[in-house]
Amino acid sequence: MAYASGVDVGSTQTKAVVINETKSIVGRSLIDTGANVIVAAEQAFAEALRDANVREEEVEYVVGTGYGRYRVTFGNTQVTEISCHGRGAVHMFPGTRTVLDMGGQDTKAIRVRSSGEIVDFCMNDKCAAGTGRFLGAAASALDIPLDQLGPTALRAERPVRISTTCTVFAESEVLSWLGKGKKIEDILQGVHQSIAARSIGLLRRVGVEEEITFTGGVTRNIGMIEALQNGLGAKLNVSDDSHFVGALGAALFALDHVLAGRTSATIGRSS
Amino acid sequence: MGERQREDGIIGRGNREGSDLFRQWFADLNRTAKEGSPAAYVFVMGSINEILRTFNLPVVFPEINSLQLAVRRVAHEYLNEAEDYGYSPDICAYVKADVAIQMRGGEHPMGLIPKPALAVLTNACNTYIKWGEIWERMYNIPIFTLDVPGTRAAGTQTWAGDPDFENDRRYVQAQLTELIGLCEKVTGIKFDIDRLREVMGYANEMSRGWKQVLEFNKTRPSLFNALTDATIYLGVANSFRGAPEGGRYFTNLVEEMAYKAAHGIGTMSEEKYRLFFVGVPCYPIFRRFNELFTEWGGTFVHSTYLWFASGGANLGFQYDLARPMESLAEGVLISVRNAMDSMFYQDRAILELIDSYHLDGVVYHPIKSCRTTSAGMADNRRSLMASRDIASLFIESDMMDRRVVSEAQMKNRIDAFFEGLASRRQQEAAAR
Repeated sequence: MAYASGVDVGSTQTKAVVINETKSIVGRSLIDTGANVIVAAEQAFAEALRDANVREEEVEYVVGTGYGRYRVTFGNTQVTEISCHGRGAVHMFPGTRTVLDMGGQDTKAIRVRSSGEIVDFCMNDKCAAGTGRFLGAAASALDIPLDQLGPTALRAERPVRISTTCTVFAESEVLSWLGKGKKIEDILQGVHQSIAARSIGLLRRVGVEEEITFTGGVTRNIGMIEALQNGLGAKLNVSDDSHFVGALGAALFALDHVLAGRTSATIGRSS
Repeated sequence: MGERQREDGIIGRGNREGSDLFRQWFADLNRTAKEGSPAAYVFVMGSINEILRTFNLPVVFPEINSLQLAVRRVAHEYLNEAEDYGYSPDICAYVKADVAIQMRGGEHPMGLIPKPALAVLTNACNTYIKWGEIWERMYNIPIFTLDVPGTRAAGTQTWAGDPDFENDRRYVQAQLTELIGLCEKVTGIKFDIDRLREVMGYANEMSRGWKQVLEFNKTRPSLFNALTDATIYLGVANSFRGAPEGGRYFTNLVEEMAYKAAHGIGTMSEEKYRLFFVGVPCYPIFRRFNELFTEWGGTFVHSTYLWFASGGANLGFQYDLARPMESLAEGVLISVRNAMDSMFYQDRAILELIDSYHLDGVVYHPIKSCRTTSAGMADNRRSLMASRDIASLFIESDMMDRRVVSEAQMKNRIDAFFEGLASRRQQEAAAR
């Protein structure tokens, strides 16, 4: 059995996936990226191998992706996270035509064909507004664990309107609402709606076509899924592995190389 | 002369001679500044160099002065000075850099820039008008604004013989006659129509050559890079318009292109993707920006920049020297209108070039500094994509201000664009 792997080095977390020849995930790992990107990539890969019970030499090809893709020093090729999220999302949900990837510092809207080919994409520019970092700032201001943000927001009865789009200023706006006696759940729902509105703006720039697949770390936040679905008036494809879609896409590109005998019928850039 | 020697002499001649002429032009401006002689400030979209040269007025292109600061990586010093003086970070960085040059008494890395005796501008860019007002306040000089009627709606351009066109032409001609009166007053030189004919003849040679050069790049492989090489050609097209050196330069350039085409000498060793560029280049990282594409085997074969930044000379309009004033008005109207169309309706023009230039993709580069060239670009792109299934990329940065140029983010988007092109090509091959 041949194996391939994808390692997605994100700004906040690093994900690794090992797949077999049938394109099934056999091992995965998720760790904080931290300051040393090279070490994070190595550790994530090693943990995914352990999870898959596969030896390193059995993995024939590794593709690095994410902002730290050129630091996956053991990787054979790099592919951008834009291509990887598109490919991974279509593999996971074949009806996917639009992808929204929300990560720590990037939010990407991607339109894809049934083949996984990217038709168009759009990302937040030079600013972390509308990304996971915005949620992190709110969690910090309200002293709430990240995994409680979504469930708390869903209890809101009268959500506030968060007007700032700046991640830095969001914290002071959250504090000002607290000072006015607003409930935490109402403030948090406002934060979720603000991010959802900005992300939907990105989606509209590439053109929203169903099915829409939600990927990235923020997919674990039920409050964000709700806010996006309400704003879009459409259901989102989400799975327990949505956090790993970028790494999965990278692994699928890696498998292309394995199956093609490393012919030219592949994309990506050799390191 | 042996073939080898001939090849050595002709290949790259346009770049060498262009760079020499450009340095010569700045040296002449430096001399003018030191002598305190009069100079005219003009813009690339409608310089009206034909009239100004008739009065022997050296022309200064503040847009070119500013972009040179970015290429030489000192723009931030000038921008900071203008912002310290009170100009907003959000306005055109070309303007701010020029303000700082003026505040420094004309100090520029290429030499001293002379002060204006008059400024001539068109309505092709809304910022030109406010920019001219700055010099008016600084130097108390006359500002001449030529109002060129633009295209009223996409696809409604009129041409000679049409009553609407004739009205527009007369309107432009009346203004040009006023400009001649102003030049007589500023220089003390009496207008000589035969001298105008001579200048227009050189401009004809240049326009004819510019059009031919651009069309030569339909050749595979492409003969020049429309972003890098062509910026040199563009510099000559602006600064030496109406001069014998300018006409000769473009005649030589046509010869170089014909030679390269005949011998299959392309600009890249392996041309994989042929691209069209829309907008103004990213001058703060000019070479690197281009490399982000060439590293993938992509090369720019054409660009809207070569249309609007040559004032529409790409059309190759030929003046009728038997009726110089009427013909000048007609040429200015058609060319400046084309410059505006290439910013506002470029989707239609690009659509027509996809097949003839064998385009694989279109790269849109909106810039923070310039709303004139950038506003509407997203809609133009959407319109093109709705008409034709061609890959396109939308990357934002600036033509001057490195604070809004993020190379890492641009690289990520450019890499994804080429991955998409590679994937598209694989699937096309598989379908055959």
